[in-house]
Amino acid sequence: MVIKGKAHRFSDDVNTDYIISGRYKFKTLDMNELGRHVMEDLDPGFHARLEKGDFLVAGKNFGCGSSREQAPLALKAAGVAAVLAESFARIYFRNSINNGLPALVCDTSQIADGDQLEIDLESGTISDVASGATVESSPLSGVMVDILSEGGLVEYIKKHGGLVTE
Amino acid sequence: MGKTISEKILSAHSGRDACAGDIVIAELDFMMAQDGTAPLSIRSFEGMEGTAVAHPERAAFFIDHSAPSPLRAVSDLHDLMRAFASKYGFELSDVGEGVCHQVMLDRGHALPGGLVIGADSHTCTYGAVNAFSTGVGSTDLAAGLLSGSLWFRVPETMKVTVSGALRPGVFAKDIALMMVGDITADGATYHALEIGGETISAMELDGRMTISNLAVEMGAKAGLMEADDKTLAFFRGRTDAALKPVSPDPDAKYIEVVEFDVSDLVPQVASPHTVDNVGAVGEVEGTPVAEGLIGTCTNGRPDDLRVAARIVEGGKVAPGVRLIVAPASREVMLRALAEGLIEVFVEAGAVVVPPGCACCVGTHQGVPGDGENVISTANRNFKGRMGNPEAFIYLASPATVAASCLEGRITDPRRHFD
Repeated sequence: MVIKGKAHRFSDDVNTDYIISGRYKFKTLDMNELGRHVMEDLDPGFHARLEKGDFLVAGKNFGCGSSREQAPLALKAAGVAAVLAESFARIYFRNSINNGLPALVCDTSQIADGDQLEIDLESGTISDVASGATVESSPLSGVMVDILSEGGLVEYIKKHGGLVTE
Repeated sequence: MGKTISEKILSAHSGRDACAGDIVIAELDFMMAQDGTAPLSIRSFEGMEGTAVAHPERAAFFIDHSAPSPLRAVSDLHDLMRAFASKYGFELSDVGEGVCHQVMLDRGHALPGGLVIGADSHTCTYGAVNAFSTGVGSTDLAAGLLSGSLWFRVPETMKVTVSGALRPGVFAKDIALMMVGDITADGATYHALEIGGETISAMELDGRMTISNLAVEMGAKAGLMEADDKTLAFFRGRTDAALKPVSPDPDAKYIEVVEFDVSDLVPQVASPHTVDNVGAVGEVEGTPVAEGLIGTCTNGRPDDLRVAARIVEGGKVAPGVRLIVAPASREVMLRALAEGLIEVFVEAGAVVVPPGCACCVGTHQGVPGDGENVISTANRNFKGRMGNPEAFIYLASPATVAASCLEGRITDPRRHFD
């Protein structure tokens, strides 16, 4: 599947407190409500600029800090279709895949804020429409491919009744 | 080939000869979630159509991050947790019992050689007692509750050796901050740390827990230490289980070896807004502070309260400064009461709040005002972390926080140890 959207640039070490602040996430399980506050402490105007299907493009260590799964869930609820980063913090990375939000590890240095991107989720190829450049993302481990292809861990467990080895 | 602690624990729990890089499904010895993560775990568990918790005796929920509840909506989520734990017959640690990580240790839920997951990133704290413990998200936790197991990628291990005797006024927290500053916020991503050396051996468990607690601030999956006589003594009276400590093989393979000599280490401070923005206290000395926090899963243990009480005893918190003290658990609170530490804090003008996370994560009990500087013993100083993106958080040891609150500005605590 190829998805298309606009890049929103962020720097290194975007932590999960920035993605969704603790002052919101303890109050509710309503992800649409949390989605209105994503990235607020880092960029208060972000939610207003975000269009459904857009991408977050960051440097290294995206999603560091707290284990809050509300981070990928709120991004997804806000309309973010995928996050591209040089590297991800490990708990966030699992949470993102577990919730069916693609997290692509790739060289993001040539992607500018506002660039239109086309992402082939099967091959992991990212094309920058403006510059014509393409970058390849690192493949996921087998178990993560399985979870993502089921749409997340909840659906995976529902279908298989538990975790299964290859 | 020799194995690291991580490889041994994950092999023992998966029934496989597991090496770094392998994916294994491993049986869990304990799993927990707290009030910021458990409600979502419940939702995921129900989404998975779970009808039973595989091992109720290995599970617990903790109400600690917003406890007592500051809001009706939070109260409703707490009730959801109570009802779920009651329905499936597992432990619920309610308001006032303390921070999940301290209670997990106090109650002997995380044991040497054990495998523990927690829906809280600082679950890595139990590495200090030789448990492979790591933070996960709510849905992974739900899968653990349902099946009793979880998949893991066996991590590569970075060996960290600490040598040298600490000078007076310098503590485990200063070592931990120095490590984060040196290794940086993602320097150990996906790796386990094995932390040891003569300084760690000489250190009491309270300090070791502080260091393992900060492993995740370097991106690490676990912050493991070997068990010794002090570790085994800690569990006396806390568990009837046979303890099975795990040591690395002499020929274990490490991805990197890092050595620190702390003989000349001075008190460290992490300045806003990242934990790896670390320098000597002298670089920020004199910065005015409006609030101090002594507590949390990083530094709310008896040794932390003792050193802070020693500094504030007979003194007064500076005018215009709020010093908030939060013992990490009910057990710690009782000990602090028995030793007269709570009286010392109250006499000095500090505010003692119930065992729990206090204002660390910005939900209640001390949200700072616009433009205010906070000096805290917690583990994160991200912008907005304490509930106000217009505040500035500095991280330091309990001694540095106590000394700073007496002066109303960031202060080198060593003057109290001459």
